[in-house]
Amino acid sequence: MDSRPEIARAAAEAAARQSYGKLVAWLAARTRDVAGAEDALADAFAAALERWPRTGVPQKPEAWLLAVARRRRVDAVRRRLTSEAGRDHLKLIAEEAEARMTDQDLPDERLRLMFACAHPAIEAGVRAPLILQTILGFDAATIASAFLVSPTAMGQRLVRAKSRIRETGIPFRVPERTELGERLDAVLEAIYAAFAEGWSDPAGTETRRRNLATEGIWLGRLVASLLPDEPEALGLLSLMLFAEARRAARRDMAGDYVPLAEQDHALWDHALVDEAEGLLGRAATMGAIGRYQLEAAVQSAHVARRLSGRTDWAAIRALYEALFSIAGSPVVAINRAVAIAETEGAVAGLAALYVLGDDKRLDDYQPYWAARAGLLARLGQAPQALEAYDRAIGLERDPAVRRFLQQKRAALIQ
Amino acid sequence: MRYMIMIYANEAALANVPIEAAQQMSAAYGAYTEALKKSGTWLAGDRLRPSQATTSVRIADGKTNVIDGPYADTKEQLAGFYMIEAADIDTAIEWAARCPAASTGTVELRPIWELDDYMPRK
Repeated sequence: MDSRPEIARAAAEAAARQSYGKLVAWLAARTRDVAGAEDALADAFAAALERWPRTGVPQKPEAWLLAVARRRRVDAVRRRLTSEAGRDHLKLIAEEAEARMTDQDLPDERLRLMFACAHPAIEAGVRAPLILQTILGFDAATIASAFLVSPTAMGQRLVRAKSRIRETGIPFRVPERTELGERLDAVLEAIYAAFAEGWSDPAGTETRRRNLATEGIWLGRLVASLLPDEPEALGLLSLMLFAEARRAARRDMAGDYVPLAEQDHALWDHALVDEAEGLLGRAATMGAIGRYQLEAAVQSAHVARRLSGRTDWAAIRALYEALFSIAGSPVVAINRAVAIAETEGAVAGLAALYVLGDDKRLDDYQPYWAARAGLLARLGQAPQALEAYDRAIGLERDPAVRRFLQQKRAALIQ
Repeated sequence: MRYMIMIYANEAALANVPIEAAQQMSAAYGAYTEALKKSGTWLAGDRLRPSQATTSVRIADGKTNVIDGPYADTKEQLAGFYMIEAADIDTAIEWAARCPAASTGTVELRPIWELDDYMPRK
């Protein structure tokens, strides 16, 4: 199959999303009216998505979008926009943008828009969806499926968040040095949430979710290029690239799940691994360690197996200890317990898991039960291991992982 | 809130599933049911016999009509159900996505219309 038209289509789509996000950011940064900006560009964006793959990307894509938006929509948009003042404001700004673009490129305000979307006054769960919609132009239904939410509910949440930006006067600016760390964290977390939703579709069969991993990386690249001196921004991009590099190795020919330790490293994307290593190295020279750098370092330790032939569990354990002390989530605690089991044995690992005790959140958290089952199985405690495998199997939503766990469980009975 | 998870499956395709895969599927359902029960989410649930075992009943003009077969003769038929207790629709969707049928057929999620909702007490 010739994939060239497919590649051209993807490139045109990426260009359309790029220009669209720039324009939304530019317009919204001046009016605080995100919905109005999206509204004004909606038809032009749809036309670009439809036309550019056939005709190629125009020389000045942003100018093209604005011109089409103005020609086609001015009246309709006027009718639809909620407030009189907002309407005229938007028109003036569109003219200003157009005038500017005749002699130079439109300034990139997307970082400011991302900081507005991930503002503490915006509900944490809607930040990633909001960024995906405003910066990349994804519709609510696509985002909803990826985040396992009904399209109507997602649509309402997005609308609410946008009016909140306008009504509470959330600023469109990159925070000052003093508060940048915490605020950047929220932006990075939203990007990582988008990536993780895409990553959880390992087979890459569901295009909507697969796209999300790609878009997460794309957003990560954008932030890293706009804030090249922020080690955590580089750390997150590195982490995502390490994970993405292993995508092809996560399933065998039959579509069955292959755990990280058993993956054929010839299937890893070595160019991506090298890029990830480079970013992590650069971040490390900046002298401010953080969650994403540590997680990327864990990935780096795992992929080092391609050179040394063995996994350095002592290093991984030390990294999880550090992570646990700065971000002691159940997820980190479980990974730490697994690393302890690899270095000190299953009994110590299990003890580290039991410390989590009866955290209610673990009741329906698959990785906890899978880790527990694996450790109990290694200790020969078959009845408890079977029970834990049953819980893990019942909580898994990926059929391939479910099959994998069922095979592990079956091996216990034989 | 109570939700009903309705499992729709292509019966013709299911009939042709090899025995080993069918056993694996049953085991997956067993584990899913256990996970629902252990988390306090499960209220009820059962598997239904294939639609050829269906009998439809309708009374028209005082005459009772008994028909072999389902009300709607579609490729995907109701094959089973769960009744769950979930805090909200997001939690319910999470559980529906874990149902083994979500990756083979379609799972439909409907909130129960509680008596109090349509006949509020004065």
